[in-house]
This record gives sequence, C-alpha cells and structure tokens, in this order.
Amino acid sequence: MRTLTERGKRLQEILKDRILILDGAMGTMIQDRKLEETDFRGERFADHPHDLKGNNDILSITRPDVITDIHRAYLEAGADIIETNTFCSTSIAQADYHLESAVRDLNVDSARIAREVADEFTAKNPAKPRFVAGSIGPTNRSASISPDVNDPGFRSVTFDELVKMYGEQVEALIDGGADILLVETVFDTLNAKAALFAIDELFDQRNIEVPVMISGTITDASGRTLSGQTTEAFLISLEHFPLLSIGLNCALGAKQLRPYIKVLAEKAPFAVSAHPNAGLPNEFGEYDQTPEEMAAEVEDFVSSGFLNIVGGCCGTSPAHIRALAEMAAKYQPRNAFNKEVQERV
Amino acid sequence: MMRLSGLESLTIFPHSNFINVGERTNVTGSRKFLRLIQENKYEEAVEVALDQVNGGAQVIDINMDEGMLDGEEAMTRFLNLIAAEPEIARVPIMIDSSKWSIIEAGLKCVQGKAIVNSISLKGGEAEFLWQAKRIRRYGAATVVMAFDETGQADNYQRRIEICERSYNLLTQNGFPAEDIIFDPNIFPVATGMEEHRRNALDFFEATRWIKDHLPGAKVSGGVSNVSFSFRGNNVVREAMHSAFLYHGIKAGMEMGIVNPTMLTVYDDIEPELLERVEDVLLDRRDDATERLLEYAEEVKGTGTAKKVEDEAWRQENVKQRLSHALVKGIDKYIEGDTEECRQLFERPLQVIEGPLMDGMNVVGDLFGAGKMFLPQVVKSARVMKKAVAYLLPYIEAEKAKNNDTSTAGKILLATVKGDVHDIGKNIVGVVLACNNYEVIDLGVMVPADKIIDKAIEEKVDVIGLSGLITPSLEEMVNVAREMERREIDIPLLIGGATTSKVHTAVKIEQNFRMNQTIHVADASRSVTVVERLLSTEKNEFIGEIQKDYERIRTYHESKKKTKSYLSFEEAQANRLEIDWENQKIVKPQYTGVKVFEDYPLREISQYIDWMPFFQTWGLAGRFPQILDDKVVGAEAKKLYADAGEMLKEIVTNKWLKAKAVVGIWPANTSDPDTIEVYADDTRTEVIHRFESMRQQSKKVAGQPNLSLADFIAPKASGKEDYIGGFAVTSGQGIEAHIDRFKSQNDDYSAIMIKALADRLAEAFTELMHEKVRTELWGYAKSENLTNEELISEAYVGIRPAAGYPACPDHTEKPGLFKLLDATEHTGIYLTESNAMYPASSVSGLYFASEHAKYFGVGRVGKDQVEDLARRKSMEFSEMERWLASNINY
Repeated sequence: MRTLTERGKRLQEILKDRILILDGAMGTMIQDRKLEETDFRGERFADHPHDLKGNNDILSITRPDVITDIHRAYLEAGADIIETNTFCSTSIAQADYHLESAVRDLNVDSARIAREVADEFTAKNPAKPRFVAGSIGPTNRSASISPDVNDPGFRSVTFDELVKMYGEQVEALIDGGADILLVETVFDTLNAKAALFAIDELFDQRNIEVPVMISGTITDASGRTLSGQTTEAFLISLEHFPLLSIGLNCALGAKQLRPYIKVLAEKAPFAVSAHPNAGLPNEFGEYDQTPEEMAAEVEDFVSSGFLNIVGGCCGTSPAHIRALAEMAAKYQPRNAFNKEVQERV
Repeated sequence: MMRLSGLESLTIFPHSNFINVGERTNVTGSRKFLRLIQENKYEEAVEVALDQVNGGAQVIDINMDEGMLDGEEAMTRFLNLIAAEPEIARVPIMIDSSKWSIIEAGLKCVQGKAIVNSISLKGGEAEFLWQAKRIRRYGAATVVMAFDETGQADNYQRRIEICERSYNLLTQNGFPAEDIIFDPNIFPVATGMEEHRRNALDFFEATRWIKDHLPGAKVSGGVSNVSFSFRGNNVVREAMHSAFLYHGIKAGMEMGIVNPTMLTVYDDIEPELLERVEDVLLDRRDDATERLLEYAEEVKGTGTAKKVEDEAWRQENVKQRLSHALVKGIDKYIEGDTEECRQLFERPLQVIEGPLMDGMNVVGDLFGAGKMFLPQVVKSARVMKKAVAYLLPYIEAEKAKNNDTSTAGKILLATVKGDVHDIGKNIVGVVLACNNYEVIDLGVMVPADKIIDKAIEEKVDVIGLSGLITPSLEEMVNVAREMERREIDIPLLIGGATTSKVHTAVKIEQNFRMNQTIHVADASRSVTVVERLLSTEKNEFIGEIQKDYERIRTYHESKKKTKSYLSFEEAQANRLEIDWENQKIVKPQYTGVKVFEDYPLREISQYIDWMPFFQTWGLAGRFPQILDDKVVGAEAKKLYADAGEMLKEIVTNKWLKAKAVVGIWPANTSDPDTIEVYADDTRTEVIHRFESMRQQSKKVAGQPNLSLADFIAPKASGKEDYIGGFAVTSGQGIEAHIDRFKSQNDDYSAIMIKALADRLAEAFTELMHEKVRTELWGYAKSENLTNEELISEAYVGIRPAAGYPACPDHTEKPGLFKLLDATEHTGIYLTESNAMYPASSVSGLYFASEHAKYFGVGRVGKDQVEDLARRKSMEFSEMERWLASNINY
C-alpha cells in the first residue's frame, strides 16, 4: 500500500483552510542577474564543449547562491510553495546542451537547495510551513504533434521515451527532498500523461505517495492547449490520477485565463491552481504588469472562489507574489467539495 | 457519469442520449478499411474516420486485428495520423483489439481519455486486474466483455454472473465504476439455429439487470453483429440495427458500436418490416426468422444509406469553394476546384497569388482571432500544398516556354542562439514548404556565424529568425548586426512569440541596411510575406514596409525609454530649476482640511471618462467613436446602454456614497526631494515630510530629471508655497450590491457596478480637482474647461497619486492619510500593502505650479533607494522591496 508522506498530509490539511501561495518566475529573476557564460559553467563545466549560457537549471550546481537568493526572496514575499529550478532538467531538454549525464545531479541539487531554504523559513515560523514543489517542465518535444507537416504521423518523441525521462527526473526530485511534484506548462496532454505514468510507477515501486500538481497552458485566444484540447478535455484526460491540484499557468495573463480557470473551478474534483504571467508581454517581450495590477486581476477570480493555490509565472517577481499573498489572505479558498463535484468523487 | 475526451470533452450522464461509436475504422468489420491499411493508403483510411465523425459518431472505434498486419505498428500510425486531424481528433477514441500489446500501443498515442475495447476474465483474474491497472495508469476507461475462463457468456445467467464478478473485482481494486462499460455480447439472430433465438432478448434483459445492480457501469455492444445473417441486404440490416438500438436503449444501453451511416430512423422503418424485425429480436413467434427472410428476399439489393455530409458549400462559386476548403481543411475537391480556377486566370501563378492566398489570409485572420487553432491551420496548409502541387506543372510549363529559370525560393530558418523554442519556427517551415519553397532549417540555438555561413553557402533568398524568450530579441539584433557587417544582401524575417513589429522597426531594422528586415506576425502570414518579397512587386512591398516602420519609429521615439542612468547626485543636480524669484504663487483661500460627505452622484457622473470603462471590458477605442466602430461598435453600444441604465439606478437609488476630504497646507522643499508641510503660515512647525522620487535616466541636453519636489519652492528661495492633498471614494456601500448580484449569479452586473464605481471615483477626483483649482485654492478661478479638455489634462497644476508613475512609492500614502485624517473622514483605509479599500478610491497630492506636469519616474538606482530609505527612516531592504518594479539594478 502506498502511504502519503507526512508533509503531503499536512499540505492537504492546510489547503482546506486557506489559499496557498506558489512562488513566481525563476527565469525572469535569473535574467535580471545578467549572468555570463562563466557563471553558467562554474568549475564543473568549465571545459564543456558547448555553450551553457541560458541553461538556467545548471545554476543550481554552478551558482547555487543565486538560486538560493531567489528562493529566499520568494519565501520572504510570502510564498508557501517554492518551485525547484528544474523546469528543463530532463534528459530531452538537457540534450540541447549535451548535458544528459547531469540530469540526476541537476534535480537532486535543485531540490536540496530549495529544501534547505524552505526548512529555514519553516523553522522560523512553524505555523506557516513552507513546501518544495519539484518543477517538471513539458520538454520541447510533443508526443502528439508532428514537427513535420508532410508526415503528420511522425513523432519526435515517444510515450515510452517520455516515461523513462520523466521517471529519471521525478526520482531525483524526490531524492533531493521535493514535497510536491508539479507537472507544469503542459502544452501537450500526452506528455503530461507520460509524466503521471512515470510518477505512478515510481510511487508503486517505493510504496509512497507525494502530492502531484498539474498545470496546463492555454496558448492563445482559441482557449485550447497547443495540442488542441479544450480546458475541460484537458481536465478529463488527467483526472484518472489522484492529483492534489489542477490548474493553468503561463502564456496568458490573469485576466485572459479567467474563463478557463472558471471551467476548472466548476469541474475539477481537485484543488485548483493558477500561476499566470504578469499580463501579456509588451512589444519588447517585457512583462510590465505591476504587482498591484496583477493582484487586482487575480483578485477577481480569487474573490469568485475559483482558487486554492495561486502564484506567478513569466514576468512575476517577489513583489508580485507579495501582492498576491496579501490579496489572497483576504479570501476563502475554493471549496473543492461542492455538491456537483462531490457527487462525482 | 462517464467523462471521456478527445480534443473536446464528452460527458455521458445517466440519462444522456445514446452515444454512437463509429465502427468503420475496423479491419475486421470493414473490407474497404482493411484494404486501405493493407495497401498502405493511410490517407484514404483517415477519410473513413472523418466520414464517421461527420456522420455523427461521437467516439470512433479503431481495430487493426488482422493476421497479416503488424497491428501495433498500424494502430500507432493510424492514431498518430488522426491526431493531426482536428475534426476527427475532437472525439474520444476506442482502442479495439483482442491483443493486449496492440491496446497498449494505442494507449501511448492518445492525449485524451480513451476507451479500451476490451478486457475480460478470459485469462484469469490476475491478468484481468493487471490490465485494468495499466489502463488506469494510461488514463482510459474500458469495455469489459462478458467472457471468463470458461468462455463467452451466451445466455442471460452467464452474462450477469460474469459482469457481476468483473465489476466487483474492478471496483474493489480501485477501478472507478463509471469507467467500466460492459459488453454483454450481441450475437446474431435469425440464423436459423434454435439456440440463437433468444440472443437479442437475453442481451436486453442482461442490460436491464446490469443497470439495476451494478451502479455506475455502462452498457455497450457491437450492434452490427445482430444482423450478421443479412449481410448484403442493407434495408433489412438498417432496420434491424435501429430496432435493436431502440430496445437496447430502452433497457439501459448507453452506447454502441454502430455505423451511423447504416442506421435508419426507427419511426421511418416500414411497419411490416418493423414488425418482422421485432418478432425476431424479441423472440415473439416461432416462424419469426422465416418471415424476415421472406421479406428480405423481396427487398434484396435495393436502398443503400445516404452519405451524411453537408455539401451545401459545393454550390458556391469556385473562389469561395477554395476558401471554404482551405478554412475547413478539406482536400477532397481541391484539385478539381483548382483546375476550374486555373481556367479563369491567364497564368497559373495568379491562382496562388489570388484566391488561394486570399483563402490562407482568411485562415490567418481566424487563427489570429482565436477562431481556429493550430492543428486546423496546419491542416489548411496541407490543402494549400495540394493545390499548389496541382498547379506546379502548369507553372513549370509556363516557365519553360518563357525560358524562365527562377525557382520558388530558398528559405533559411533558425531559432537564435540561447533559445530552444522551435514549435513556431517549425510551423513556419511547414507552411513555407507546403508552398513549394525550399526550406533549410538549422534548428535551435543557432549562432549568428552559422546562420550567415549557411546562408552564403546555400545562396538562400530569405533568412528567418525565430525566438520565444526575451533575451532572443537581443540575439536577433546581434544577428542583424553581423549580417550588416558581413554585407549579407538577403531579406531578414523576424518571428516568434515575444517579437513584435515595434521591436523589429526600432531595434533590428536599423542595424541592418543591406536589405529589408520584416516582422512576420504569425505562421500563416509567412507565405504572403515571402511571396511578395520574391515577386516583381518586391520594391513596392519593401517601400510600404519601410514607410510603416519609419512611422512606428517616429511614434516610438516620442515615448522612448532611455536606457542609461545618471547617479542620483547627478540627477538631483539636473533638476528642474524654476525662476522662483519671478514666480507668482497664489495663496489659497484656506489652509487645513475640508470634508465632503455624501457628494451628489448626479453631479459626479457628469465628469465620467468613458474610455477606460470600455477598456475594462476589453473594448479598445476612443469614446464616443467606439460606439460606431465597425468591429466592436454593436457590443460597445449595448454595454454603454447597460451602463447608463445601472448608473441611473446608482444615482437615483443612492446605491453608492461618495465622500471626499481635501487639504491644503503651507509647504516648501528643504532638500531637493523633500517637501516639508507646515502646521500654519508661520512655517515653524513641520507636520509632515513628503519624500519624492527623481528620474534617474539620462536625458537629452536641456531636459531636467524631474521630481515632484521640483514643483514646490525651496525654503531658501524665501517664497511661501503650498501643497494640497486629497482622498475621495465612491465605493462606500458597494459590497451589498455585489453580493446581491452574485447571489443571483449575475456576474455581469457585479462587474458592471465595480467598473462604474471605479469610473465614478475617477470622475469625483476630476470634479474635486476642478473645485480646488477654481474655488478652494482658487489659483485658476477663471478656468472654464469642457469634460474633453479635463480628460486631456488641459488644466494648470497636477494631482499625482502614490503608486503611479510620478510617485511610484506607495509608502507615501500613510503620511497623506494621516494629514487628511482620511480614514476618519471618508472610510477609506489602507491595507498593509497600502492599497486603498474600497477599491473605488483615489488619493493624491495637488501641485498648483504652472510648471507642474505629469511624468514617470521610471527606473532608479540603488543610490536613490538608499537615500530615500535614509530620509524615510526605513530599512533599505524594505524600501527596496516596495520599489521592486522601479529599481534598475
């Protein structure tokens, strides 16, 4: 029999009481540091034959101080959950940098760094325990879309390859001390199903259960994922797994996400999360929505009782998270067990 | 309730209508489909699936169980192919096989929640439960056959026994009851064999039993089996299927594998035939079979089902048909239509440049507006490709005749260095390739050198750069610079999510003068752009682009952000120097605080600026022109009418209460950025200090680095100056109304009242400011401005608010509130993040100087933050936190 971790139980308890705050962007914060190739390489990869600048995840190994600082800033801002710096720490994503061999270390180190800072904050205020979510990105390959239109049956990655790769990441994240697994920015539901498949296998092997969060991405005004699913179809395709939460992140700002979050709020038998971008990017690709503006947009659906977990994605900063935390503290979380949902569960 | 999904969701409620599962994509049931798969004609096989969906199938069953086929391979290939057809992929898939490895191969290809067809106790409990667990892990539902270790259930008792046992095993092991679909075996009737007489009846009764005893479980079955003995006689078969379904559904059958194009309407079945069919199904007479056979002989070979498809669009003219085919991604008639169109034009190329591109532009517009989504666009591109392929021989022939050796063109694509996102680039590649361009794709993270080397080596006609993350914008500038340095005379296309026309015009184009840089908004536009770039009208096109970009630059220049910064000391030195000696300062009518309780809403509403109201609702445009806007006009008018109606209610029934407090005090600056506020005109007792922030970005010569403090006379000047402050709200009482609307599920009104309260607060601010200028302070007594002039800020003096560009520091609010005793007077209070509650509130300062103007502080340096923290006696880290979005380091 699988047993849910102690922290997992604690998390479920807290979720009933209040809206939990997830942290904000990692990439944006790293970009602000204006790090150079040498920072990314550190000692360990000084002689790596390929450029590493832009491989943010590797900073967990080569500049852990930077990552720790960012985690700390978010915890100070009021985040209950911080995400590990592992969005691209899969062998498929790291293949772009020829660093497949570093995948386990990337995940273990990233989780460990986050674990340490989170524990430090929990010790300071045990009434507000902090959690570490292992961030699991979508990779840049799709199991259901062909990259070659002349051969729509072609796939650049198979389900089995994805399961293997996710299994490797998930195991390392748990070993490094992640409390939660967060499969996020899902643009292709089949990729996410492969992640859940790998997670389910690992849980069986170890007889454990760690809370799992899923967060999809609605790419544009069509209201669909990149692989073409509606929000409800996305939910149905993943609800076979006993998730902690399901939600949406990235691509859109809070305002644009509202109708899709509403669908989840009405239909999901799990907690509902959102970590939108700080609005839509301006012509320079910058997100200029202020913390207040973002909090005000999110407040619209928090006050409508749509959410249990809220945080930020691209363009958000500790100031945004602080504004969200302060705003969310005023409201009750979504009651995940409303009548219609309860009938189904 | 069972929930399934393809690209869209399908929920089967307890009393939902019957769910049709399409059966023609089954090699065991359809010879045509088998032949297509065997002959590797997958494209046509996909058509079969599309026919099923168009014909009304809500789920499609796919079966590749044929001895000569590699079933796993065929299942994978076919599922991957239909995943690319949004019209098909929108429905859930039923993966049908008797071989577990084929089922598992299928489960690895579907992103939606599929149905496995089927598992059973045939191989024992252990295998059954293991398979069920795997199915659950893949996120699918399953059909369970009434089959056990001893064989297939062929009577009522065996059916219910096996179903019950399967149900208990599954539900006790965590498999949800609502994801179980029983197939209690539909066997042929009217076979002439005595033991088959009750086949249909037993099925109906077993179904009824399952519905009564196994809660949550569904019942399905392969309907065409029942008419097996009448193969070749569609009239009888259709009637048998319809009648079987009629009785099955009455018994509780929710879904069935049927060919929706081989069904007739139950009520349309000829009465005599219906009677004979039902005699057989319900085992009503001993001679039922003979009587049906007799009837069958009579009607043999007549009447086949009609193909259900909306073909009305075929009646349109050929250009519209091409457009329809492109938008819908239908390639069935494309060659014929293209040929018809070719004969209308002088040259084959004109068909591409004309109707086909017009159609693709419609696709682009729909995509941009969110009315089409990516897989559909990709499909459209494929139809386009077919049309172009058809025209190609004609174009070649024409070229040969004219001795024309030009080719369609060679395009190099790359995602720039540092970026690994390539989905958009891949789509562009595909769309261009469909249009017969030769595409050289260098992949992701491509350094500038490599792009340029390859471009030279391959003699490409166009270079396209793509990127998604922000730093890629810089890298694109770098590529442009390198191209300029190496004198590459090739057009440069820019695309990707964060790129924009503005960025291209301002940052990239100017760095690359050898040829033209063009921003391409989305994949569907890429063909048009490349087409025009490589056509004879190239110069004209480039001229248009250059003019457009020049205009963008000019506009942008006017609001350009400066990138380099001065030290805080330098910025203070470059402050606005007003000639205070000769400056006239109007002494206010009074100093101190004035309170306005319950200000008339009617008067306030005269001051509303409607433009931001429409923005709130996502309608952009100037007011009142927006009411007549072609696109949003109708919507805007409706909204405006609704707003007017609610505003009337708010005003007449006093739904909201407007309160304000205004103060004016003697003040001077004591430091370049510190405004001292005095208790009275003796100017001896300092009751507050406003600490303002100063612009630190480097200015062009002659332009000052502004701070609000610049608009107040320094103590040293000896001039007696003043400052005002205000807090207004129109949000008192709003909660009750929002709650009321929400309890009525009227979100629209709840949002409307908030939007109106916000507008009223702004209007009240405008009104109060006017009052201050003309009466309370009275420095502009003769002012007489229209509402439009007020909105365009034509008045003298300003009223900046903390948290806005001229004063980004929110921590200035508590001091102002204390001076005004604002919470006491207006009921507005500040949250711990210094936001005002109710939200429909405004507070700020009044500056009367004719030199005062609105500006943005922008980003500031650490030195200023440190100085500000010192002046305000705040921790540096706290100050930094408050100013997080304004710091430049």
